[in-house]
Amino acid sequence: MNRKIRVLIAKPGLDGHDRGAKVIARALRDAGYEVIYTGLRQTPIMIAEAALQEDVDVVGLSILSGAHMALVPRIREEMDKAGLQDVPIMVGGIIPDEDRAALQEMGVHGIFGPGTLTEEIVEYIENAVKAQSE
Amino acid sequence: MEALVQRLLQGERRALARLLTYVENEVEGVEAALAALFPHTGKAWVIGITGAPGTGKSSLVNALAKAFREREKTIAIIAVDPTSPFTGGAILGDRIRMRDLSGDDGVFIRSMATRGSLGGLARATRDAIRVMDAAGFDIILVETVGAGQSEVDIVRTAHTTLVVEAPGLGDDVQAIKAGILEIADVLVVNKADRPGALNTVKSLNAMLRMGHPASRTQLVAHHGRLLEVEALTSNTHEAMWIPPIVQTVAIEGKGIDKLLDAIHKHREHLQQDNLFAALERTHIEVELYERLREALLANLLRNISQDAIQTLIQRIQTRELDPQGAVQELLQTQQMKA
Ligand SMILES: Nc1nc2c(ncn2[C@@H]2O[C@H](COP(=O)(O)OP(=O)(O)OP(=O)(O)O)[C@@H](O)[C@H]2O)c(=O)[nH]1
Ligand SMILES: [Mg+2]
Repeated sequence: MNRKIRVLIAKPGLDGHDRGAKVIARALRDAGYEVIYTGLRQTPIMIAEAALQEDVDVVGLSILSGAHMALVPRIREEMDKAGLQDVPIMVGGIIPDEDRAALQEMGVHGIFGPGTLTEEIVEYIENAVKAQSE
Repeated sequence: MEALVQRLLQGERRALARLLTYVENEVEGVEAALAALFPHTGKAWVIGITGAPGTGKSSLVNALAKAFREREKTIAIIAVDPTSPFTGGAILGDRIRMRDLSGDDGVFIRSMATRGSLGGLARATRDAIRVMDAAGFDIILVETVGAGQSEVDIVRTAHTTLVVEAPGLGDDVQAIKAGILEIADVLVVNKADRPGALNTVKSLNAMLRMGHPASRTQLVAHHGRLLEVEALTSNTHEAMWIPPIVQTVAIEGKGIDKLLDAIHKHREHLQQDNLFAALERTHIEVELYERLREALLANLLRNISQDAIQTLIQRIQTRELDPQGAVQELLQTQQMKA
C-alpha cells in the first residue's frame, strides 16, 4: 500500500491568468501531493470530468474574478451528478465574508484568501482526506 | 473489490478511475481484481508516445485521439509525468493540452506520476493498461517523457511506439543522445511549422540510413527475439520494418492523417506472419521475468533481518567479505534454514 493524495487544481471562469493556481499547484507538489493541473477556462463539466477520471481526493478552484458565487454551485452540481458527492471542493481567491458563509452552507469549508500559508491548506487537505476515509 | 470489477466491466467510469488508483497505490487485494480482469484483456491496441520534454507529445495525443474518435474508436490515455525526487509530489499537467477531448464518453484520460522505482512504474503502467483494456477501450495511448530507461520499459508494453522530435531543441537531433532511435516504430517530427523541421527530418533520415546495419540489428534485438526465430527464414524483407518519418503540426492537426496511416501500416505489418503473436510473447516473457525477480527478492528479504543486512554491509566495507561472497553466504544460510 503506497497511498498518495491527489488534488485537482482548476481555474474555472473566463479571466485569463493562472499565476495563483500555479503557485498553489507548486506548493502542494512540494508538500508531497500529486497535483493534476488542468489550466485555464475550465467549465464545470470539464472539472467534474477531470476529478472523476483522476480519482482525486480534493478539488481546488482558483477564482480571482469574483465569480465564485456563480461558479462554485455549478461545479458542485456537476460533481454531484458525476457521483462525486464525497469529494470536497476548496476555493482560493478573494472571498468577501458574506459569501464565505454562503459557500460554507454549500459544504465548501476550505476557503483560502491571498497570502494563505501552504501549511493551512495542507492541514485542510489532510483533515478532509481523513474524514473521507472514515 | 469484486463489486468494483463488475462495475468496471459494465463500463462504469468511476469504477475504472478507482481501480487505477488501487493499481497505483498497490492496494491489498488488487491482484485478485487484476486476475479477474485478465481474461477480458488483449483487445486494445497500445500506442506509446515518447520524446524529449516539450516536443509536443500531449498535443499530439490530443490530435491523435481526436482523429481516432472520428473513426469511431474509443480511447484511453495514460499521461506520465515525473515525480519530484525531493518531495515525492508531482505536477501532472498533460491534460492542459487535451482539452479538445473533454465531454466525450469515448475518451478517458488518466495522469500518472512516476513515483518511486522505474520497475514500479513499468508494473503500474502495465496494470493500468490492462485495466483500461478490460474496460473495453479500442486504443490506449501512453505518453511518457523520454528520459532513458523509463521509455524503454514503457515500450515493452506498447504495440506501436512513436518517438517524437521537434526542431530547435538543440544542435543535434535529441534521439542521437538518448539512443532512442531503435525503439521507434514511427518517428514523428512535430512542430513542422517551425524553422529547422526539414533539417530534423534530414538528420533522422541520415541516421536511419547511415546506422543501417547497426540500427537494424538493434531493431531486431528490440523487437524481440521474434525476427531471429520467426521471420528470418520466411521473408526477411517483409518482416523488416523501417520506421517511417512523419511530419506533424499537432496544434493545427496537420499531418495527423499521415501519422494515423503510419500507425495503421505498422499494425498491419505486425499482423502478418504472426509477428504480433511473437511480439506479445516477448512482452510476456519480459514481464514474467521481472515479476519473478521481484517476487523472489521480496520473498527472500522477508526472511532476512535488517540487522543481518547491516552486518553484511559492515563486513563488506571492512573488506572482510566481498559483495558476491556476501550474496552467496546469505543464500546458503537461507537454504540451510529451509
Ligand atoms: N509551433 C508549434 N508548437 C507546438 C506544436 N505542438 C505543440 N506545440 C507547443 O509546444 C509546447 C509543448 O507542448 P506539449 O504538448 O505540452 O509537449 P509535451 O511533449 O507533452 O511536453 P511535456 O509533457 O512537458 O514533456 C506547447 O506550448 C504547445 O502548444 C506544433 O506542432 N507547433
Ligand atoms: Mg506532455
